[in-house]
Amino acid sequence: MQLVAFYIFAALSVLGAILMVTRKNPLGGAVALVVSLASLAALFAMLHAEFVFILQILLYAGAIMVLIIFTIMLLNLSREELKEPPVGKVKGLFILAATVVGLVGFIRVLRLLPEGTEYVAPTFGNIEKVGTMMLTDYLYPFEIISVLLLVAIVGVVLLAKKII
Amino acid sequence: MEFHLIGLGKAVFIWAVALTCIPILIWFERKGAAFIQDRVGPNRAAVLGVRLAGIVHNISDVVKLLTKEMMVPAHTNKWYFTIAPFVGITVLLFAFAVVPWADNLRFGRWDIPMQVANLNGGILYILAITSLEVYGIVLAGWSSNNKFSLLGALRSSAQMISYEIPLALSLIGVFMVFGTVQLGEIVRGQGELLWGFLPRWGVFVQPLGFLIFLTAAFAEANRNPFDIPEGESEIVAGYHVEYSGIRFALFYMGEYVAIVLSAAMVTTLFFGGWQIPYLPTDRIVANASTVLRVLLTVGAVLSFVSAIVFLRYDKRLSGTWAKGDLRNQEGKILAVVAIIFFVMHLVAAIVLWSVELPEWGTAVVAVLAQTGMFVLKLLFFCWLFIWVRWTLPRFRYDQLMRLGWKNLIPLAFLNIFVTGFIILLVERSG
Amino acid sequence: MVTIHHYMTLSAILFFIGVFGVLYRRNLIVIFMSIELMLNAVNLSFVTFARYTQSMDGHVVAFFVMALAAAEAAVGLAILVMIFRNRATVQADDLRLMRD
Repeated sequence: MQLVAFYIFAALSVLGAILMVTRKNPLGGAVALVVSLASLAALFAMLHAEFVFILQILLYAGAIMVLIIFTIMLLNLSREELKEPPVGKVKGLFILAATVVGLVGFIRVLRLLPEGTEYVAPTFGNIEKVGTMMLTDYLYPFEIISVLLLVAIVGVVLLAKKII
Repeated sequence: MEFHLIGLGKAVFIWAVALTCIPILIWFERKGAAFIQDRVGPNRAAVLGVRLAGIVHNISDVVKLLTKEMMVPAHTNKWYFTIAPFVGITVLLFAFAVVPWADNLRFGRWDIPMQVANLNGGILYILAITSLEVYGIVLAGWSSNNKFSLLGALRSSAQMISYEIPLALSLIGVFMVFGTVQLGEIVRGQGELLWGFLPRWGVFVQPLGFLIFLTAAFAEANRNPFDIPEGESEIVAGYHVEYSGIRFALFYMGEYVAIVLSAAMVTTLFFGGWQIPYLPTDRIVANASTVLRVLLTVGAVLSFVSAIVFLRYDKRLSGTWAKGDLRNQEGKILAVVAIIFFVMHLVAAIVLWSVELPEWGTAVVAVLAQTGMFVLKLLFFCWLFIWVRWTLPRFRYDQLMRLGWKNLIPLAFLNIFVTGFIILLVERSG
Repeated sequence: MVTIHHYMTLSAILFFIGVFGVLYRRNLIVIFMSIELMLNAVNLSFVTFARYTQSMDGHVVAFFVMALAAAEAAVGLAILVMIFRNRATVQADDLRLMRD
């Protein structure tokens, strides 16, 4: 049962990723990526990571991807502007081969991993637990991330302004 | 097996509530608008002479939308154009999974939460799921290949992203007060009394948070005064210009489901959800027979009064329509139905005066009473959405953005700090 | 039974699809989305390790990655819009002022 669900969501996410990489129009690609991200969220839920599951939908699918789609629609690129300079056949094949070789090598390394445990504590991945952890063990990284976000906001405002 | 069956039943129930609200809301909208603008509103369509003050009009609407041709204009992206209407409403219906509509049903070995999924994430799940709603609008606007649609979609995506922030921030105060993000727990926390007489509802402990939430909820539901994505006087109908037939109906329904969801969230978070003021669950269970008797007696009296009202209405109605039109008899038909209800209530009340309820019966009565309370509050807030729509004018786009970013977000932060300060003070003194 | 290997293999596949997108495509928006995909693949492996080692540090790190991705998306898209305003192109190959 779990295995079937895993394969469905895994297939969806891989399919969405492939479509994203291959579609000519970035908007179609963005929609495919949303499907991929949503099925990844389902996989997070299967891994008992409820907090990450909610954040994945809220942040990735709900905010970042909407921002990307908003940008695509704002630019509203024409067919000519979307035309990419052709990648040479040799170069393309080389990139593909390098990626596949890298992937196969990586998966072979992954084989060495131990199986890991089956047991899951009932409170594993709870929002309370993760939140407590974030504000105790990871307090400094947390604060640094907030500063980083602030810097990003200021930077974007500066970039977006025509006259400062 | 039992577990799955119960879960399925609960899902069917909450979806039935959400979808049944759509025709009621459309009726509210038409009759409410007519009332506010001093008109009569729809009053012609009838089934066997029964018009029910215009509710029957919805049936003719559905027939029209179902039988209309579904136009697909040239130069559209067919695949996205077809799936776009389904995205919004599907996503919204999934969000109802965590809305609680009554206290746990407890009897014998059973303890069933009246909520499809008691997720640990609670309200965050609703926020996450509703953030996906914008894709339906964006896809529809983009695939229609129409300037107005694209404008509507652009406006909508900017608006949704902007107003999600105050919406989420205004809830943090609620989380701080009740100490949880699970909706069931939040509602349970609202059952207590403040200073012995005021229900501890979210609106009384978080008044500013409630106002911010309500404003942001209007914007998230794309409702007036924030309906610029489909402002008909500016960009025709925004993202659904090119849609017709049942595809258009799906957008239309999606808008009302969004209203129902917003109303459900306002009810659960700020108005005590299923809590009946001054009547906690154990008190209802203890006095279930009395509660039921009182309710049945009130029902009997009400149906008797309405029978009389219908009979008088019948006298006024006679001869309004041409001879042989069943609509002339509407008052009589309704009066007969009211009398049947009266007799049923009377019989049930008489039977109940003589017997005591068993244990499961008391539990069911408590759940039913709380469900009724929840639905009443829900309908009131749905009506609020319509009331506001026909009262306020539409915002301009820059005004909308200024309100969201420069007013609501700082206010929401202020609310968080003030709430934290007060909680600290209370903890120190108590 | 779903094991750690299933999840890690999926994570690797997604990551390398992202790598391929970055290397092969020249459209800045698609490159950008490929980077997001790679970040997500890494997140999946963090959460998988968290699940199979019974410690929730992975969840916290995944949260940090998401916050980073949000900052990156905001700044990156702003830069992209600025490039389009100034140069009227979104192709990575056209941006060679520093090289020529």
